[in-house]
Amino acid sequence: MGWLNYLIAPGFLQTSQVRSALILGTAVAVCSAVMGVFVIIRGQAFLGHALGDVGSTGASGAVLVGVQAIWGFLGAGLIAGASVDVLSRRARERDVATGVVLSAMLGLSALFIYLIGQVSTSTGVTQEILFGSVFTVNPDLVLPMVGLALAAVVVVGFVYRPLLLSTVNPDGARSRGVPVGLVSFAFLVAMVAAVEQSALVMGALLSTALLIGPAATAIHVTRRLGMTIAVSVVLALVDTWLGILLAYDSFNWPPAGRGWPVSFFVVAVMVVAYSLGQAVPRTSTVRAE
Amino acid sequence: MAAVQFDQVDVAFGRHVVLRQLQFDVPEGAFVGVIGPNGAGKTTMIRLVLGLLRPNSGSVTVLGQPAGRGGRQIGYVPQSFAAEPDLPLRARDLVGLGLDGEKWGFALPTKDRRRRIDACLERVGALGYAEEAVGTLSGGERQRLLIAQALLTSPRILLLDEPLANLDIRSGHDIIRLISEIASETRITVLFVAHDVNPLLGVLDQVLYIAQGRAVLGSVEQVVRSEVLSELYGQPVEVVRVQGRILVFAGDEMVPLGHEELLPHGRPRSLPAEP
Amino acid sequence: MASIWNTIFAPGLFSYSFVVHAWVAATAIAVLAALVGFFVNLRGEAFVAHAVPRGAFAGAAGAFLIGVNSILGLSVFAILMALGMGLMRRRSHNGVITALALVTALGLGDLFLTVGNTYAPEVFALLFGQLLGISGSEMVAIAVLSVCLVGVIAVVYRPLLLASTVPDFAAARGVSLTAMNVTFTLLVALAASLTVPVVGALLAFSLMIGPAAAGWYLAKTPWGAMLYSVGIALGTVWVAIVIGYDSSLPIGFLVAGVSLLAYMVARAINWFRRRRPGEAAVVPTGSGAVAR
Repeated sequence: MGWLNYLIAPGFLQTSQVRSALILGTAVAVCSAVMGVFVIIRGQAFLGHALGDVGSTGASGAVLVGVQAIWGFLGAGLIAGASVDVLSRRARERDVATGVVLSAMLGLSALFIYLIGQVSTSTGVTQEILFGSVFTVNPDLVLPMVGLALAAVVVVGFVYRPLLLSTVNPDGARSRGVPVGLVSFAFLVAMVAAVEQSALVMGALLSTALLIGPAATAIHVTRRLGMTIAVSVVLALVDTWLGILLAYDSFNWPPAGRGWPVSFFVVAVMVVAYSLGQAVPRTSTVRAE
Repeated sequence: MAAVQFDQVDVAFGRHVVLRQLQFDVPEGAFVGVIGPNGAGKTTMIRLVLGLLRPNSGSVTVLGQPAGRGGRQIGYVPQSFAAEPDLPLRARDLVGLGLDGEKWGFALPTKDRRRRIDACLERVGALGYAEEAVGTLSGGERQRLLIAQALLTSPRILLLDEPLANLDIRSGHDIIRLISEIASETRITVLFVAHDVNPLLGVLDQVLYIAQGRAVLGSVEQVVRSEVLSELYGQPVEVVRVQGRILVFAGDEMVPLGHEELLPHGRPRSLPAEP
Repeated sequence: MASIWNTIFAPGLFSYSFVVHAWVAATAIAVLAALVGFFVNLRGEAFVAHAVPRGAFAGAAGAFLIGVNSILGLSVFAILMALGMGLMRRRSHNGVITALALVTALGLGDLFLTVGNTYAPEVFALLFGQLLGISGSEMVAIAVLSVCLVGVIAVVYRPLLLASTVPDFAAARGVSLTAMNVTFTLLVALAASLTVPVVGALLAFSLMIGPAAAGWYLAKTPWGAMLYSVGIALGTVWVAIVIGYDSSLPIGFLVAGVSLLAYMVARAINWFRRRRPGEAAVVPTGSGAVAR
C-alpha cells in the first residue's frame, strides 16, 4: 500500500479540517458549476468575477462594524450586483458599469483596511481578507454555507426555463408573458449567494476559477444544456477534490512543512481540463432540449 | 475584363462542404443581385471576393488580380454595425474612417479631407445628420453611412452584404434606388447580396443565385426558372410570376422566394452559444 | 487667505522631492491610462483592464521568489496575459478567456507567495501602490515610458478605432482583427506595468475605466472623449494627491472615489441633456445594433 500512501498522504480523511474542506468544497463546486453555465451563456463572466472580488470590501466592512463576515460578503455582493443592474441598460455599458462599481468597491475596501489599521494593531486581518483558504474555515460555518449553495441551485432550478428563454430571446420571452426583469434579478440574487459563499470559503480567486473554468470546458465539449450542466458539475467536483487532495499531499513537498495552496492546484487542474477540452472539435452551439 | 471571376472554386470547412465548383464571371459595370437562402454560402462568397478566405481549390480573380486583402478597389458595405447612443462617434467620423481608417497614425483635418467626406455624405443623402452620433441614427441612416464609407476610396466594385436585412420595406426601397443611381452614374460594378430577388427586380442586370453550395449566374429570366432552381436545390421547385412578383413553390407548400428556410430539411432551431 | 491655502495645500506639497516625484509620475500615468481607457470603453473590455494589472501582481511575487526586480516580473506577466488573451479572444465566449487568464496568473501568484514563505513588503506594496515612495530615477522612467506609449497609441489609433467600430469593414480593408486584439491587450498590459507600481494592482484599473467612462458620456467625437478622459484623469490623481497628502487616506480609495464621482456626474449630465426637449436624440433603433 506504499504507493497509495504516496498518492494520498496518511490521515487525509481523518483530519477534521480536510473533512470540512471536502464538504464545503463539494457544495461550492456543485453550485458554481451550475451557475457558471448560465453566467457564461449570459455573458456575465466579469460580473461573476467582480462579485467575488467585492467580497473583500464586505469582509473588511464586517470587521469594522463587528458583524459576521458572511453578512459583509452577502451585503457587498448585493449592493454591487444591484448597482451594476441599475447602471447598465446595454451590453457595452454593462461591462464598463461593472468595472466602475468594482473599482468603487475596491476603493472602499482600501479605505476599510486603512481604518481597521487605525483602530487595531493586528496586521493579519488584511491578508486573511485578501486570501481566504478552505482549510481555515470555521467549522460552524459549514452548515450555513452548504445551505446557501443549495438555495442558490434551487432558485436557478425554479427559474430554469424562463431564464433560458429570456437569455436567448428576451423579446420572445416578454411576449410570452415572462417577467424578464424579475427573472434576471432572481438569477442575480442566486449568483450573488453562490459567488459570495464560495468567495468566503475558497477565496475570491477560486470563486472565479470554479465559476468559469468547468462551465467553459463543458460548454465547449457538449451540445445539450442538460449535459453541459452535468459535465460542468463533474469537472468542478473532480477539480476541487483533486485540488484539496494535492494540497494536503503537498505538506510533504518542498519547502517542507509549508504546503502548496489549494488554489494553485485547482487552477492547474482546471487549465489542464480546459486545454484538453479545446482539443475536442468545437461545437458551435448549445442546443436547448 | 471581368470584375469578379470565380474559376472552379471549392470551399470546405473540415468535412463540411460550403461551396462546390463555383464558376462564373461578373462583367464590369454590371448590377448583380446575389440571391440565396441563409446558409447557402453567400457570406463565404463575400469573404472570398474580399480575400479574407482562400478557396480549397480553384481561383478567385478580382479586376484581373488574385483576390487579396485590403483592396481599396472594393467598397465593402457590411450588413450593419453595433453602436449605442452614447458612442462618441459622429456620422462624419465614421464615414471618414472609410478614407484611410486602416492606416497608422491619425489623420490631419485638412480641407481636402473634409470636402471628400462631405461629397460622399451628400451623395448618399446623409449630410443632414453628419454631426449626429451614429448610435442615435436609424437602421436606414446607418446603412447610408456605411455606403458613404465604402464609396470614399472611389472603388470599382461595390459589395453590399444584405443591406436590406434590418430595414423596413420603404427604407430598403430607398437604399436600392440610391445604389442603382450610383451604379448608373459611376459605372461601378455592384454585388448586392439579398435573400429575396423581388425588391431588386427593376434594377438588376444579372442574378447570381446561390443554393446548396452551388451557384448560377445569368439574367433573372435565365436563372429564376423552375428547371434551373430545381436543379440547384436538388428537389422539385416551381417558379410562378404573379403581377410582376416572383413566387416559388416547393413541394406542396408555397414558399415565397427569400423564405426558402421554410423549405423541408429546415435546420432545427438552435440556441446561439454566443449571445 | 494664506491660511486657507495652507489648509488645502499642506506645506511641502510642492517642495518635498518625494511629493514632486508623485506629481510628475501620477500626471504621466493619468494621461496614459485615460487614453488606453478610451479604447477599453470603446471595446467594452473593462474586464481586461481589471484582469491584467491584477494578474500581473502575481508576476511580481514570482520575481521576488527568484530574486529579480518585481516590476520586471510584473511586466512579464502582464505581457504574457495580454498575448494569451489577444490571441485566444476570438475562440471563446465574452470574458471567459480573460477570467481564465486571470485565475491562472493568480493561482501561480498564490503559489509563489506561499512557497516564498517570507513576508515580502515590496510585493504587497504593489498591491496598494506607493505613490509617495517614488524615487527620482523611477519618476523619470515612468514619464519617459508614458510618453513613448502615448506615441504608440497615436500610431495605432486609426486602425484600432476602425477595427473596434466596424470590424467587418476593417477586415475587408486588410486590417487583421487578431492583430488589433493583441495590440489592444498589449497596450493595456504596458499601461498596467507603469500604473500598478504607482497606484497598486487593486486599483490600477480605476484610472483606466473611471475617467474614460465619464468622458464617454460627455463627448460627441473620439477626440472629445479622449480629451475629457485625460482631463478627468488628471483631475482625479491631482485631487487624490492633495487629499492623500493632507489626510494620509489610502491613495487607491481616493482615486476610485473621485473617478466614481466623475462618472456619476457625467451620467447625470448625459441624462439631463437627453431629457431636454428639442434635443430628443434618443432614437431606439434596435434594428441597426447587431451583435458581432
